[in-house]
Amino acid sequence: MFKPEQLKYTKDHEWIFIDGNIGIIGVTDYAQGELGDIVYIDIDPKLSEISLGETFGTIEAVKTVSDLYAPCSGKVIELNKELTDHPELVNAEPLGEGWMIKIEIADPSQLNELLDLDAYNSLIGK
Amino acid sequence: MKKTKFYHIHEKLGAKIVEFAGYLMPVQYSSIIAEHKAVRNTVGVFDVSHMGEIFVTGENVSDFIQHITVNDVNKLYSGRVQYSAMCYEDGGIVDDLLVYKFSDTKFMLVVNASNLDKDFAWMNANNKFGVELSNLSDEYSLLAVQGPKSIEVIQSIYGKELNIEYYNFIEDKLADTDMIISRTGYTGEVGYELYFKGDEAAAEKIWNKIIEAGKDFNIQPAGLGARDSLRLEYGFCLYGNDIDNTTNPLEAGLGWITRLNKKGFIGKDALLKVKSEGLKRKLTALTSDQKAFPRHGYDLTVGGKKVGSVTSGTVSPVLDVPIALGYVDIEYASEGNEIDFSIRGKEIPAKVVKLPFIKN
Repeated sequence: MFKPEQLKYTKDHEWIFIDGNIGIIGVTDYAQGELGDIVYIDIDPKLSEISLGETFGTIEAVKTVSDLYAPCSGKVIELNKELTDHPELVNAEPLGEGWMIKIEIADPSQLNELLDLDAYNSLIGK
Repeated sequence: MKKTKFYHIHEKLGAKIVEFAGYLMPVQYSSIIAEHKAVRNTVGVFDVSHMGEIFVTGENVSDFIQHITVNDVNKLYSGRVQYSAMCYEDGGIVDDLLVYKFSDTKFMLVVNASNLDKDFAWMNANNKFGVELSNLSDEYSLLAVQGPKSIEVIQSIYGKELNIEYYNFIEDKLADTDMIISRTGYTGEVGYELYFKGDEAAAEKIWNKIIEAGKDFNIQPAGLGARDSLRLEYGFCLYGNDIDNTTNPLEAGLGWITRLNKKGFIGKDALLKVKSEGLKRKLTALTSDQKAFPRHGYDLTVGGKKVGSVTSGTVSPVLDVPIALGYVDIEYASEGNEIDFSIRGKEIPAKVVKLPFIKN
Protein backbone atom coordinates (compact mmCIF):
# COMPACT_ATOMS: atom_id res chain seq x y z
CA MET A 1 0.00 0.00 0.00
CA PHE A 2 1.32 3.43 -0.98
CA LYS A 3 1.69 6.27 1.47
CA PRO A 4 -0.22 9.43 0.53
CA GLU A 5 3.01 11.47 0.39
CA GLN A 6 4.47 9.10 -2.24
CA LEU A 7 1.78 10.05 -4.74
CA LYS A 8 0.79 12.83 -7.13
CA TYR A 9 -2.84 13.84 -7.54
CA THR A 10 -5.34 15.25 -10.01
CA LYS A 11 -8.10 17.71 -9.18
CA ASP A 12 -10.50 14.90 -10.10
CA HIS A 13 -9.26 12.74 -7.21
CA GLU A 14 -7.04 10.26 -9.05
CA TRP A 15 -3.60 9.46 -7.71
CA ILE A 16 -0.53 8.24 -9.56
CA PHE A 17 2.51 6.50 -8.17
CA ILE A 18 5.51 7.24 -10.34
CA ASP A 19 8.44 4.82 -10.61
CA GLY A 20 10.71 5.90 -13.45
CA ASN A 21 8.59 5.73 -16.60
CA ILE A 22 5.99 3.45 -14.96
CA GLY A 23 2.87 4.87 -13.35
CA ILE A 24 0.21 3.17 -11.20
CA ILE A 25 -3.16 4.92 -11.03
CA GLY A 26 -6.08 4.77 -8.64
CA VAL A 27 -8.56 7.02 -6.85
CA THR A 28 -8.06 8.73 -3.51
CA ASP A 29 -9.44 7.80 -0.13
CA TYR A 30 -11.48 11.00 -0.21
CA ALA A 31 -13.01 9.96 -3.55
CA GLN A 32 -14.00 6.49 -2.36
CA GLY A 33 -15.50 8.01 0.79
CA GLU A 34 -17.58 10.45 -1.22
CA LEU A 35 -18.76 7.74 -3.62
CA GLY A 36 -19.72 5.27 -0.91
CA ASP A 37 -20.09 1.57 -1.70
CA ILE A 38 -18.42 0.91 -5.02
CA VAL A 39 -20.12 -1.84 -7.00
CA TYR A 40 -18.36 -1.87 -10.34
CA ILE A 41 -15.26 -0.49 -12.00
CA ASP A 42 -15.99 -0.08 -15.68
CA ILE A 43 -12.69 -0.03 -17.53
CA ASP A 44 -12.55 -1.57 -21.01
CA PRO A 45 -10.46 -4.76 -20.63
CA LYS A 46 -8.96 -3.97 -24.04
CA LEU A 47 -7.93 -0.45 -22.99
CA SER A 48 -4.48 0.11 -24.50
CA GLU A 49 -3.86 3.82 -24.08
CA ILE A 50 -4.95 6.71 -21.94
CA SER A 51 -4.51 10.37 -22.67
CA LEU A 52 -4.15 13.28 -20.30
CA GLY A 53 -7.43 14.58 -18.92
CA GLU A 54 -9.59 12.09 -20.82
CA THR A 55 -11.95 9.54 -19.32
CA PHE A 56 -10.54 6.03 -19.18
CA GLY A 57 -13.42 4.41 -17.30
CA THR A 58 -16.13 4.90 -14.71
CA ILE A 59 -16.74 3.96 -11.12
CA GLU A 60 -20.24 2.83 -10.25
CA ALA A 61 -21.33 3.28 -6.66
CA VAL A 62 -24.76 2.51 -5.23
CA LYS A 63 -25.83 6.13 -5.29
CA THR A 64 -23.89 7.52 -8.19
CA VAL A 65 -21.42 7.11 -11.01
CA SER A 66 -18.15 8.93 -11.53
CA ASP A 67 -15.71 9.19 -14.43
CA LEU A 68 -12.05 8.29 -14.14
CA TYR A 69 -9.66 10.84 -15.68
CA ALA A 70 -6.14 10.15 -16.87
CA PRO A 71 -3.52 12.06 -14.87
CA CYS A 72 -1.18 11.82 -17.88
CA SER A 73 -0.90 10.07 -21.21
CA GLY A 74 0.52 6.60 -21.56
CA LYS A 75 0.37 3.02 -22.76
CA VAL A 76 -1.63 0.68 -20.55
CA ILE A 77 0.47 -2.30 -19.45
CA GLU A 78 -1.76 -3.82 -16.79
CA LEU A 79 -5.30 -3.59 -15.40
CA ASN A 80 -6.13 -4.63 -11.85
CA LYS A 81 -8.18 -7.74 -12.67
CA GLU A 82 -9.09 -8.27 -9.00
CA LEU A 83 -11.46 -5.34 -9.26
CA THR A 84 -13.73 -7.20 -11.69
CA ASP A 85 -15.05 -9.39 -8.89
CA HIS A 86 -14.02 -7.23 -5.96
CA PRO A 87 -14.73 -3.58 -6.69
CA GLU A 88 -15.09 -3.07 -2.94
CA LEU A 89 -11.27 -3.20 -2.76
CA VAL A 90 -11.37 0.42 -3.88
CA ASN A 91 -13.33 1.27 -0.72
CA ALA A 92 -11.18 -0.91 1.50
CA GLU A 93 -7.75 0.08 0.23
CA PRO A 94 -7.86 2.88 -2.34
CA LEU A 95 -4.09 3.42 -2.24
CA GLY A 96 -3.24 -0.29 -2.33
CA GLU A 97 -5.25 -3.30 -3.48
CA GLY A 98 -7.73 -0.90 -5.06
CA TRP A 99 -5.28 0.38 -7.71
CA MET A 100 -6.73 0.44 -11.23
CA ILE A 101 -4.23 0.61 -14.05
CA LYS A 102 -0.50 0.49 -14.64
CA ILE A 103 0.92 2.53 -17.53
CA GLU A 104 4.07 3.44 -19.33
CA ILE A 105 4.23 7.21 -19.00
CA ALA A 106 4.38 8.85 -22.43
CA ASP A 107 5.45 12.37 -21.53
CA PRO A 108 7.01 12.92 -18.08
CA SER A 109 6.60 16.71 -18.43
CA GLN A 110 2.84 16.24 -17.96
CA LEU A 111 3.54 15.11 -14.40
CA ASN A 112 4.63 18.61 -13.41
CA GLU A 113 1.02 19.74 -13.60
CA LEU A 114 -0.11 17.27 -10.94
CA LEU A 115 -0.77 18.19 -7.31
CA ASP A 116 1.40 17.11 -4.43
CA LEU A 117 -0.18 15.89 -1.19
CA ASP A 118 -0.35 19.33 0.43
CA ALA A 119 -2.02 20.87 -2.60
CA TYR A 120 -4.44 17.96 -2.84
CA ASN A 121 -5.30 18.15 0.86
CA SER A 122 -6.07 21.83 0.59
CA LEU A 123 -8.26 21.08 -2.44
CA ILE A 124 -10.38 18.72 -0.35
CA GLY A 125 -10.34 21.09 2.59
CA LYS A 126 -8.19 18.92 4.81
CA MET B 1 -30.60 24.72 6.69
CA LYS B 2 -32.82 22.76 9.09
CA LYS B 3 -31.66 19.99 11.37
CA THR B 4 -33.74 17.21 12.87
CA LYS B 5 -33.69 16.52 16.60
CA PHE B 6 -31.32 13.62 15.85
CA TYR B 7 -28.70 15.66 14.02
CA HIS B 8 -26.14 15.48 16.82
CA ILE B 9 -26.55 11.73 17.02
CA HIS B 10 -25.87 11.41 13.30
CA GLU B 11 -22.81 13.59 13.66
CA LYS B 12 -21.56 11.59 16.60
CA LEU B 13 -22.01 8.37 14.63
CA GLY B 14 -19.90 9.81 11.83
CA ALA B 15 -22.71 9.82 9.29
CA LYS B 16 -22.16 11.38 5.92
CA ILE B 17 -24.52 14.35 5.96
CA VAL B 18 -26.15 15.76 2.84
CA GLU B 19 -28.62 18.49 2.14
CA PHE B 20 -32.04 17.08 1.34
CA ALA B 21 -35.27 19.07 1.08
CA GLY B 22 -33.81 21.88 3.16
CA TYR B 23 -32.57 19.54 5.88
CA LEU B 24 -29.15 18.24 6.79
CA MET B 25 -29.80 14.49 6.66
CA PRO B 26 -27.65 11.36 7.03
CA VAL B 27 -27.20 9.66 3.66
CA GLN B 28 -25.17 6.83 5.14
CA TYR B 29 -23.40 5.92 8.38
CA SER B 30 -20.99 3.20 7.31
CA SER B 31 -22.14 1.68 4.05
CA ILE B 32 -25.40 1.83 2.12
CA ILE B 33 -25.11 -1.86 1.29
CA ALA B 34 -24.53 -2.88 4.93
CA GLU B 35 -27.42 -0.70 6.12
CA HIS B 36 -29.65 -2.01 3.36
CA LYS B 37 -28.89 -5.63 4.26
CA ALA B 38 -29.41 -4.97 7.97
CA VAL B 39 -32.96 -3.84 7.20
CA ARG B 40 -33.62 -6.83 4.94
CA ASN B 41 -32.12 -9.36 7.35
CA THR B 42 -32.74 -8.00 10.85
CA VAL B 43 -33.60 -4.39 11.65
CA GLY B 44 -32.56 -0.81 10.95
CA VAL B 45 -33.63 2.60 12.23
CA PHE B 46 -34.04 5.69 10.05
CA ASP B 47 -34.46 9.32 11.05
CA VAL B 48 -37.06 10.59 8.61
CA SER B 49 -38.13 13.60 10.66
CA HIS B 50 -37.91 15.76 7.55
CA MET B 51 -41.24 14.32 6.36
CA GLY B 52 -44.19 16.69 6.60
CA GLU B 53 -47.10 16.19 9.01
CA ILE B 54 -50.22 18.20 8.25
CA PHE B 55 -53.21 17.83 10.57
CA VAL B 56 -56.69 18.45 9.22
CA THR B 57 -59.62 18.95 11.58
CA GLY B 58 -63.25 20.00 11.32
CA GLU B 59 -66.70 18.73 10.45
CA ASN B 60 -66.05 18.25 6.74
CA VAL B 61 -62.57 16.70 6.86
CA SER B 62 -63.60 13.54 4.98
CA ASP B 63 -65.17 15.57 2.19
CA PHE B 64 -62.08 17.76 1.95
CA ILE B 65 -59.64 14.85 1.74
CA GLN B 66 -61.96 13.02 -0.64
CA HIS B 67 -61.80 16.10 -2.88
CA ILE B 68 -58.02 16.58 -2.89
CA THR B 69 -56.86 12.94 -2.99
CA VAL B 70 -57.35 10.12 -5.49
CA ASN B 71 -57.99 7.23 -3.10
CA ASP B 72 -61.31 6.61 -1.34
CA VAL B 73 -61.06 8.10 2.13
CA ASN B 74 -64.43 6.59 3.05
CA LYS B 75 -62.71 3.20 3.17
CA LEU B 76 -60.80 4.38 6.26
CA TYR B 77 -61.78 3.76 9.85
CA SER B 78 -60.21 5.38 12.91
CA GLY B 79 -56.73 3.92 13.34
CA ARG B 80 -56.33 3.09 9.65
CA VAL B 81 -53.71 4.47 7.23
CA GLN B 82 -54.07 4.83 3.47
CA TYR B 83 -51.54 5.45 0.71
CA SER B 84 -52.85 8.09 -1.67
CA ALA B 85 -51.90 10.94 -3.98
CA MET B 86 -53.01 14.47 -4.76
CA CYS B 87 -53.42 15.48 -8.39
CA TYR B 88 -53.69 18.71 -10.30
CA GLU B 89 -56.71 19.28 -12.55
CA ASP B 90 -54.67 17.95 -15.49
CA GLY B 91 -53.97 14.67 -13.67
CA GLY B 92 -50.32 15.47 -12.89
CA ILE B 93 -49.26 14.52 -9.38
CA VAL B 94 -48.90 17.18 -6.66
CA ASP B 95 -47.52 14.61 -4.21
CA ASP B 96 -48.01 11.12 -2.88
CA LEU B 97 -48.92 10.86 0.77
CA LEU B 98 -50.18 8.82 3.69
CA VAL B 99 -53.62 9.59 5.09
CA TYR B 100 -54.13 8.80 8.79
CA LYS B 101 -57.66 8.76 10.16
CA PHE B 102 -57.88 9.56 13.89
CA SER B 103 -61.62 10.24 13.93
CA ASP B 104 -64.36 11.56 11.65
CA THR B 105 -63.12 15.07 12.42
CA LYS B 106 -59.33 14.58 12.63
CA PHE B 107 -56.86 13.32 10.05
CA MET B 108 -53.10 13.56 9.54
CA LEU B 109 -51.54 13.82 6.07
CA VAL B 110 -47.89 12.80 5.79
CA VAL B 111 -46.22 14.33 2.76
CA ASN B 112 -42.78 14.49 1.19
CA ALA B 113 -40.42 17.01 2.79
CA SER B 114 -39.45 18.43 -0.57
CA ASN B 115 -43.12 19.17 -1.33
CA LEU B 116 -44.29 20.35 2.07
CA ASP B 117 -44.70 24.06 1.33
CA LYS B 118 -46.24 23.40 -2.07
CA ASP B 119 -48.63 20.82 -0.62
CA PHE B 120 -49.70 23.00 2.27
CA ALA B 121 -50.42 25.89 -0.10
CA TRP B 122 -52.30 23.54 -2.43
CA MET B 123 -54.43 22.22 0.42
CA ASN B 124 -55.25 25.71 1.59
CA ALA B 125 -56.08 26.86 -1.92
CA ASN B 126 -58.54 23.99 -2.25
CA ASN B 127 -60.08 24.29 1.19
CA LYS B 128 -63.67 25.01 0.26
CA PHE B 129 -64.83 22.85 3.14
CA GLY B 130 -63.98 25.06 6.10
CA VAL B 131 -61.49 22.59 7.58
CA GLU B 132 -58.59 23.68 9.71
CA LEU B 133 -55.13 22.86 8.35
CA SER B 134 -52.12 22.83 10.67
CA ASN B 135 -48.61 22.19 9.51
CA LEU B 136 -46.96 20.54 12.54
CA SER B 137 -43.94 19.24 10.65
CA ASP B 138 -41.43 21.14 12.75
CA GLU B 139 -42.91 19.76 15.97
CA TYR B 140 -42.94 16.10 14.99
CA SER B 141 -39.97 13.80 14.86
CA LEU B 142 -40.31 10.60 12.87
CA LEU B 143 -38.28 7.42 13.23
CA ALA B 144 -38.80 4.42 10.99
CA VAL B 145 -37.85 1.08 12.56
CA GLN B 146 -37.84 -1.42 9.72
CA GLY B 147 -36.95 -5.05 9.17
CA PRO B 148 -38.06 -8.55 10.20
CA LYS B 149 -36.88 -8.00 13.79
CA SER B 150 -38.61 -4.63 14.15
CA ILE B 151 -41.63 -6.29 15.77
CA GLU B 152 -39.50 -7.70 18.57
CA VAL B 153 -37.68 -4.39 19.03
CA ILE B 154 -40.82 -2.30 19.33
CA GLN B 155 -42.58 -5.00 21.35
CA SER B 156 -39.80 -5.10 23.92
CA ILE B 157 -39.89 -1.32 24.41
CA TYR B 158 -43.69 -1.27 24.51
CA GLY B 159 -43.86 -3.96 27.19
CA LYS B 160 -47.55 -4.79 26.78
CA GLU B 161 -49.03 -6.94 24.04
CA LEU B 162 -48.68 -5.00 20.80
CA ASN B 163 -50.78 -6.03 17.86
CA ILE B 164 -51.03 -3.48 15.07
CA GLU B 165 -52.06 -4.71 11.65
CA TYR B 166 -50.30 -3.55 8.47
CA TYR B 167 -51.32 0.04 7.63
CA ASN B 168 -52.94 0.57 11.02
CA PHE B 169 -51.78 2.76 13.89
CA ILE B 170 -52.37 3.40 17.57
CA GLU B 171 -51.74 6.36 19.85
CA ASP B 172 -50.00 5.28 23.01
CA LYS B 173 -46.91 5.76 25.12
CA LEU B 174 -43.70 4.18 23.92
CA ALA B 175 -40.50 4.81 25.88
CA ASP B 176 -42.60 7.05 28.18
CA THR B 177 -43.44 9.30 25.24
CA ASP B 178 -46.79 9.94 23.57
CA MET B 179 -46.54 8.48 20.11
CA ILE B 180 -48.34 7.62 16.96
CA ILE B 181 -47.17 4.04 16.40
CA SER B 182 -47.83 3.15 12.78
CA ARG B 183 -47.31 -0.19 11.04
CA THR B 184 -46.05 1.43 7.85
CA GLY B 185 -42.79 1.97 6.02
CA TYR B 186 -40.99 2.49 2.74
CA THR B 187 -38.73 -0.55 2.68
CA GLY B 188 -40.97 -3.49 1.80
CA GLU B 189 -40.17 -5.05 5.17
CA VAL B 190 -42.28 -5.32 8.30
CA GLY B 191 -41.82 -2.10 10.19
CA TYR B 192 -43.04 0.80 12.25
CA GLU B 193 -43.05 4.53 11.86
CA LEU B 194 -43.03 6.43 15.16
CA TYR B 195 -44.27 10.02 15.28
CA PHE B 196 -43.62 12.02 18.44
CA LYS B 197 -42.98 15.49 19.74
CA GLY B 198 -40.28 16.69 22.10
CA ASP B 199 -36.86 18.27 22.26
CA GLU B 200 -33.44 16.86 21.42
CA ALA B 201 -33.07 15.21 24.82
CA ALA B 202 -36.38 13.39 24.39
CA ALA B 203 -35.41 12.37 20.87
CA GLU B 204 -32.07 11.03 22.05
CA LYS B 205 -33.73 9.03 24.81
CA ILE B 206 -36.03 7.33 22.31
CA TRP B 207 -33.22 6.71 19.84
CA ASN B 208 -31.12 5.11 22.57
CA LYS B 209 -34.01 2.89 23.71
CA ILE B 210 -34.46 1.61 20.17
CA ILE B 211 -30.74 0.97 19.71
CA GLU B 212 -30.62 -0.80 23.08
CA ALA B 213 -33.67 -2.93 22.29
CA GLY B 214 -32.19 -3.85 18.91
CA LYS B 215 -28.71 -4.68 20.17
CA ASP B 216 -29.25 -8.42 20.10
CA PHE B 217 -30.25 -8.14 16.45
CA ASN B 218 -27.32 -5.89 15.60
CA ILE B 219 -29.65 -3.00 14.75
CA GLN B 220 -28.09 -0.46 12.36
CA PRO B 221 -28.85 3.20 11.91
CA ALA B 222 -29.68 3.55 8.23
CA GLY B 223 -29.53 6.66 6.04
CA LEU B 224 -31.35 8.06 3.06
CA GLY B 225 -29.11 6.05 0.72
CA ALA B 226 -30.38 2.73 2.04
CA ARG B 227 -33.92 4.12 2.21
CA ASP B 228 -33.70 4.79 -1.53
CA SER B 229 -32.23 1.41 -2.52
CA LEU B 230 -34.70 -0.43 -0.25
CA ARG B 231 -37.74 1.28 -1.75
CA LEU B 232 -36.46 0.73 -5.28
CA GLU B 233 -36.09 -3.05 -4.77
CA TYR B 234 -39.82 -3.02 -4.07
CA GLY B 235 -40.64 -0.59 -6.86
CA PHE B 236 -42.11 2.09 -4.60
CA CYS B 237 -42.35 5.45 -6.36
CA LEU B 238 -40.22 8.38 -5.25
CA TYR B 239 -41.63 11.83 -5.90
CA GLY B 240 -39.25 13.89 -8.00
CA ASN B 241 -37.83 10.74 -9.62
CA ASP B 242 -40.65 8.45 -10.70
CA ILE B 243 -43.64 10.73 -10.25
CA ASP B 244 -44.12 14.47 -10.51
CA ASN B 245 -46.45 17.07 -12.01
CA THR B 246 -45.80 15.70 -15.52
CA THR B 247 -46.84 12.12 -14.69
CA ASN B 248 -50.27 10.81 -13.79
CA PRO B 249 -51.04 8.06 -11.27
CA LEU B 250 -52.38 5.67 -13.91
CA GLU B 251 -49.17 5.55 -15.94
CA ALA B 252 -47.17 5.47 -12.68
CA GLY B 253 -48.73 2.14 -11.74
CA LEU B 254 -50.83 3.80 -9.04
CA GLY B 255 -54.16 2.81 -10.56
CA TRP B 256 -54.76 0.72 -7.44
CA ILE B 257 -55.03 3.88 -5.32
CA THR B 258 -56.92 5.89 -7.94
CA ARG B 259 -60.66 5.49 -7.41
CA LEU B 260 -62.10 6.78 -10.64
CA ASN B 261 -65.59 5.73 -9.58
CA LYS B 262 -65.67 7.97 -6.51
CA LYS B 263 -67.46 11.33 -6.62
CA GLY B 264 -65.63 14.37 -7.97
CA PHE B 265 -62.01 14.86 -6.95
CA ILE B 266 -59.34 17.11 -8.36
CA GLY B 267 -57.95 15.56 -11.53
CA LYS B 268 -60.77 13.04 -12.01
CA ASP B 269 -61.88 14.30 -15.43
CA ALA B 270 -58.33 14.30 -16.78
CA LEU B 271 -57.68 10.80 -15.41
CA LEU B 272 -60.94 9.46 -16.88
CA LYS B 273 -59.80 10.80 -20.23
CA VAL B 274 -56.38 9.14 -19.84
CA LYS B 275 -58.15 5.89 -19.06
CA SER B 276 -60.56 6.06 -21.97
CA GLU B 277 -57.82 6.99 -24.45
CA GLY B 278 -55.50 4.31 -23.07
CA LEU B 279 -52.05 4.75 -21.55
CA LYS B 280 -49.32 6.00 -23.88
CA ARG B 281 -46.49 4.99 -21.55
CA LYS B 282 -46.09 3.12 -18.31
CA LEU B 283 -43.71 3.10 -15.38
CA THR B 284 -41.86 -0.14 -15.96
CA ALA B 285 -39.44 -2.26 -13.96
CA LEU B 286 -36.25 -3.30 -15.73
CA THR B 287 -33.26 -5.42 -14.88
CA SER B 288 -30.21 -6.79 -16.63
CA ASP B 289 -27.64 -9.49 -15.98
CA GLN B 290 -24.81 -7.17 -17.00
CA LYS B 291 -22.70 -5.04 -14.72
CA ALA B 292 -23.96 -1.71 -15.95
CA PHE B 293 -26.05 0.59 -13.85
CA PRO B 294 -28.81 2.79 -15.22
CA ARG B 295 -29.39 6.15 -13.53
CA HIS B 296 -32.13 8.77 -13.48
CA GLY B 297 -32.40 10.36 -16.94
CA TYR B 298 -30.66 7.64 -18.97
CA ASP B 299 -32.38 6.63 -22.20
CA LEU B 300 -34.14 3.31 -22.72
CA THR B 301 -33.85 2.09 -26.29
CA VAL B 302 -34.97 -0.66 -28.66
CA GLY B 303 -32.81 -1.16 -31.75
CA GLY B 304 -31.18 2.20 -31.06
CA LYS B 305 -34.52 4.04 -30.95
CA LYS B 306 -35.49 5.79 -27.74
CA VAL B 307 -38.60 4.24 -26.18
CA GLY B 308 -38.39 5.73 -22.71
CA SER B 309 -36.16 6.95 -19.94
CA VAL B 310 -34.98 5.79 -16.55
CA THR B 311 -36.50 7.53 -13.52
CA SER B 312 -34.71 5.56 -10.78
CA GLY B 313 -31.83 3.13 -11.07
CA THR B 314 -29.15 1.53 -8.98
CA VAL B 315 -27.59 -1.80 -8.12
CA SER B 316 -29.82 -4.03 -6.03
CA PRO B 317 -27.79 -4.74 -2.90
CA VAL B 318 -29.66 -8.02 -2.43
CA LEU B 319 -29.58 -9.32 -6.02
CA ASP B 320 -26.34 -7.62 -7.06
CA VAL B 321 -27.78 -6.73 -10.47
CA PRO B 322 -28.91 -3.41 -11.93
CA ILE B 323 -32.54 -2.49 -11.22
CA ALA B 324 -34.44 0.43 -12.64
CA LEU B 325 -37.82 2.06 -13.02
CA GLY B 326 -38.56 4.09 -16.10
CA TYR B 327 -41.38 5.28 -18.31
CA VAL B 328 -41.59 3.16 -21.44
CA ASP B 329 -43.82 3.60 -24.51
CA ILE B 330 -46.78 1.31 -23.91
CA GLU B 331 -46.08 -1.06 -26.84
CA TYR B 332 -42.73 -1.97 -25.26
CA ALA B 333 -43.82 -2.07 -21.63
CA SER B 334 -45.01 -5.69 -21.33
CA GLU B 335 -43.28 -8.11 -19.01
CA GLY B 336 -40.51 -10.03 -20.73
CA ASN B 337 -39.90 -7.39 -23.41
CA GLU B 338 -36.30 -6.70 -24.25
CA ILE B 339 -35.23 -3.08 -23.89
CA ASP B 340 -31.71 -1.67 -23.73
CA PHE B 341 -30.25 0.64 -21.11
CA SER B 342 -28.35 3.28 -23.02
CA ILE B 343 -25.31 3.89 -20.84
CA ARG B 344 -22.58 6.25 -22.04
CA GLY B 345 -23.19 5.36 -25.66
CA LYS B 346 -23.44 1.61 -25.08
CA GLU B 347 -26.65 -0.39 -25.41
CA ILE B 348 -26.91 -2.79 -22.49
CA PRO B 349 -29.51 -5.57 -22.91
CA ALA B 350 -32.20 -5.45 -20.22
CA LYS B 351 -35.70 -6.75 -19.86
CA VAL B 352 -39.04 -5.76 -18.42
CA VAL B 353 -39.86 -7.63 -15.21
CA LYS B 354 -42.63 -7.71 -12.64
CA LEU B 355 -42.37 -5.81 -9.37
CA PRO B 356 -41.12 -6.21 -6.74
CA PHE B 357 -37.60 -7.00 -7.89
CA ILE B 358 -37.12 -9.14 -4.81
CA LYS B 359 -39.64 -11.51 -3.27
CA ASN B 360 -40.06 -11.91 0.44
